[in-house]
Amino acid sequence: MNNLSAEQKKYLLMHRRHKRIVSISRILILLSFLFVWEFTANVGIIDSFIFSSPSKIALCFFGMLMDKSIFLHLGVTLFETIISFLLVIAISILVAVALWFSSKLSEILDPYLVVLNSLPKSALAPLLIVWLGATKTTIIVAGMSVAIFGSILSLYTSFTVVDPGKIKLIYTLGGNRFHALSKVVLPSSIPAIISNMKVNIGLCLVGVIIGEFLAARDGLGYLIIYSSQVFRRDGILIQSTTSSYISQMLSLHPDVRPEKIPQAR
Amino acid sequence: MEQVLELKHIHYAYHTLDGETPALTDISFALNKGEFVSIVGPSGCGKSTLLSLISGLLEPEKGLIKINGKYLKESTTNVGYMLQHDELFEWRTIYNNVILGLEIQHMLTARTRERAHDLLDLYGLRQFESSHPSELSGGMRQRAALIRTLVLEPDLLLLDEPFSALDYQTRLTVGDDIGQIIRKEGKSALLVTHDLSEAISLADRIIILSGRPATIKQTIPLIFDLDADTPLNRRNAPEFKTYFNLIWKELNTDE
Repeated sequence: MNNLSAEQKKYLLMHRRHKRIVSISRILILLSFLFVWEFTANVGIIDSFIFSSPSKIALCFFGMLMDKSIFLHLGVTLFETIISFLLVIAISILVAVALWFSSKLSEILDPYLVVLNSLPKSALAPLLIVWLGATKTTIIVAGMSVAIFGSILSLYTSFTVVDPGKIKLIYTLGGNRFHALSKVVLPSSIPAIISNMKVNIGLCLVGVIIGEFLAARDGLGYLIIYSSQVFRRDGILIQSTTSSYISQMLSLHPDVRPEKIPQAR
Repeated sequence: MEQVLELKHIHYAYHTLDGETPALTDISFALNKGEFVSIVGPSGCGKSTLLSLISGLLEPEKGLIKINGKYLKESTTNVGYMLQHDELFEWRTIYNNVILGLEIQHMLTARTRERAHDLLDLYGLRQFESSHPSELSGGMRQRAALIRTLVLEPDLLLLDEPFSALDYQTRLTVGDDIGQIIRKEGKSALLVTHDLSEAISLADRIIILSGRPATIKQTIPLIFDLDADTPLNRRNAPEFKTYFNLIWKELNTDE
């Protein structure tokens, strides 16, 4: 391994340098943003009552860490998000498989799916409370409603673009449509399923927070609404950043980004 | 002689909203055991349709097909079908690709697994058993596809331009290679191609189809006076050119 040519060494060096520049720049952008914010708030260019400031937010967050209230809300939101995410994945795979099995069914349902997908789901949330009551179920359903129709559509599309030659092969080997599904369609759609999951976890979180806005006693959405009603901008900002961090964490860890899956091996 | 395949008065047409396109009219021929027959004809004349009918993927509108003396629907004979592309699954290893048919037909036993290993060994793919298809050359992939078909022990092999996706040089060697494998395994085979020299180098008999809707124009038996009758040797034989010109002329005459 040590006898690399000078050119290869140079290439590796350039690559490392590139990586370093990218990560340093990312951190610099964040730091300078925080600095400008803090500075302008302290000097009085922006009104810190409306815009808050990084140090205030940090203090507020620290206070919530101390009285442990943040963990309760975080846990509740996380739990609801994961439940609705799992349900979305299970239901959308089942429905997409059903649509794939029957081209008649998919042709019949296509306009409905498109309409349901383009429905403004946040407008649905108040209705859900009326139908299901102000319970956890409502929040989980709200989380699902945001993701599920898009998820069904994109999974079904990825099922239909499977190479017809590979499906023909299954028939020439004496297989039926079940074999085509289990041997070709599902395995070749694994990258699509994973990227679909990545999108869905974020969408479910958004849906759950919308649900919590309206029908909760705990959770990040509830905290955001509560803080905004008592004019605590720091609180809102903490909750919003926390929730976007959750979705980052959920979609990146473990590192299952689709480009890292070598063609569904 | 024992007939593996018999077609009688086959008619087939494709239907779309724009109308009906007749593809095959009144096709009748038979294939003897161990015989290798090539079907040539202008492109789009319905050659591949014929194979789909024989393999049961499509049903003829008129006429009947018998395999080993039984009607297609009642037949239990395994018909192997080799497609234009190898269609190996990238997410399976070569060995797992080869046993795909066994898996589907619930024929995975110690004996059939052993046979899969033996065939891979015999045709030079043993060391690639746990490789993925992308690590193999085009010719090796096509050989793996053939083994996937052979491991089901078909009495009849249908070959749908199986070499057309390969580059010219590979095509010659793989054609030679696979032709000899089929002879060695003693299989009856029906090859569909638009490549005349490929047809002549491999077959015992050539069936010439007319343009769409296809009818049988002529059947030409091929006899080569060679010690080692391999596809590559045939290409150098003096008879090769004669047959080529004969078939070429037949294809290009319109009645």
